[in-house]
Amino acid sequence: MSNWDRFVETFFNAKVLARYWPDIVAGLWVTIGLAALVVVSGLVAGLGLALLRSLGVRVLNWAIIFVVDVFRALPPLVIIVLIYFGLPSLDIVPSGFVSTWASLALVLMAFAEEIFWAGLTAVPKGQWEAARSTGLGFGQTLMRVVLPQALRITIPPLTNRTIAITKGTALGSVVAVSEILGQASSAVSNSYNPSPLTLGAAAYLVLFLPVVVFGRWVEARFR
Amino acid sequence: MIRPRMRWCAADWVEAQGALIVRAHGLHKHFGALHVLKGVDLEVAERELVFIIGPSGSGKSTLLRCLNRLETPESGSVAIDGIDLLDRRTDLNHARQRIGMVFQSFNLYPHMTALANVTLALRLVAGKSRAEADAAGRAALARVGLADRAEHRPGQLSGGQQQRVAIARAIALEPRVMLFDEPTSALDPELVGSVLAVMRSLRESGMTMVVVSHEMGFARAAADRVVFMDHGVIVEQGRPAEIFETPSHPRTQAFISQIRQH
Repeated sequence: MSNWDRFVETFFNAKVLARYWPDIVAGLWVTIGLAALVVVSGLVAGLGLALLRSLGVRVLNWAIIFVVDVFRALPPLVIIVLIYFGLPSLDIVPSGFVSTWASLALVLMAFAEEIFWAGLTAVPKGQWEAARSTGLGFGQTLMRVVLPQALRITIPPLTNRTIAITKGTALGSVVAVSEILGQASSAVSNSYNPSPLTLGAAAYLVLFLPVVVFGRWVEARFR
Repeated sequence: MIRPRMRWCAADWVEAQGALIVRAHGLHKHFGALHVLKGVDLEVAERELVFIIGPSGSGKSTLLRCLNRLETPESGSVAIDGIDLLDRRTDLNHARQRIGMVFQSFNLYPHMTALANVTLALRLVAGKSRAEADAAGRAALARVGLADRAEHRPGQLSGGQQQRVAIARAIALEPRVMLFDEPTSALDPELVGSVLAVMRSLRESGMTMVVVSHEMGFARAAADRVVFMDHGVIVEQGRPAEIFETPSHPRTQAFISQIRQH
């Protein structure tokens, strides 16, 4: 057996691939669901925090900044493990899926808050003054005048950060989430062959490459 | 201590014309340690055009911004068309409909068309339907000579056109008084004329106006009264010819001769 044959046998084993690809596809769907939940809840929570912060209530802002800094500092895997293994001691028993979702959503929330906040503060003060001088209230000015301009500025950095954090769904495999990497890992143990990892990598490319390309387009479009 | 000389003031104008629209008394304002307004009184009568001049840092923009409470003075009183702007019970957003403001840097909403810039407050504050707001918005744009630019974004307009849209945005709300904060200072010289022409036609339509500006030619031709401010006080005020030709205070004389040289 030549080296090449051994390589193909190890990573592209036809029998193993044929046997386990449905598992990887099932994992792909779990990853997509998890990613969608993380993106939606993380971005909504981040925007909510940024809007709260714009109210300028000092104590509230300290609290927001503290929470945001904590979740930007902690590695996502640490948060996942803390939730999955820590919360049961408080009689809350989250599944691996929920632990991963909550952790990544919190991390995305924290980074998104900072990005949205930077966008809101980048809108010139004159925009506020012009709108307020015509009688618009604080909330009307924020939602109709300032936020639309802020969102435009935030789209490129937000897209990149969202992609980076969403890939963290692979961490769910540590707490028994049957997403792509989780499925691939168990297939590897069951088949004594690493070929399912190749499939897993392919699945990640199928899922995230279009998103990355989309991000590149967005960045060019909104810069 | 500077004693303001009042050779011609709003009281004379009221006698000739009608009610006082702007009543500001005893205004004091600090920015940190800086005492920007040191007890300023300003009254403006209906249909009067008052010009405020003075060196930079004299407090003239701050005074103007107190008149719609973009700045809140620490003491004194501000009433516009009988509405006390410093009273906690005053609905400031409602009151501001009656006080139009035009800024040096236009401050148009860049993500909206000219028409949407004008109609936003008409719909959200004045409570007009979209159709009513559009009609009023187009009428306001026509008044500033930009009926054909309604669908343009600010980025597609020249500075002079942008400032005229900003004026349309303010007058569409049918204010009782218009405040202009250096409306032509950010414009290339060849674009100044179009903005001044709009201001002149506003003035001819009877709009009450308070203008902070260095456009001396315009002041001389259109203003009823010129107010000279320096170091947070009104040093001198009077008819344009008096202030420009025979200023009585040494600081006014120095300022007038300085701007003459330009």
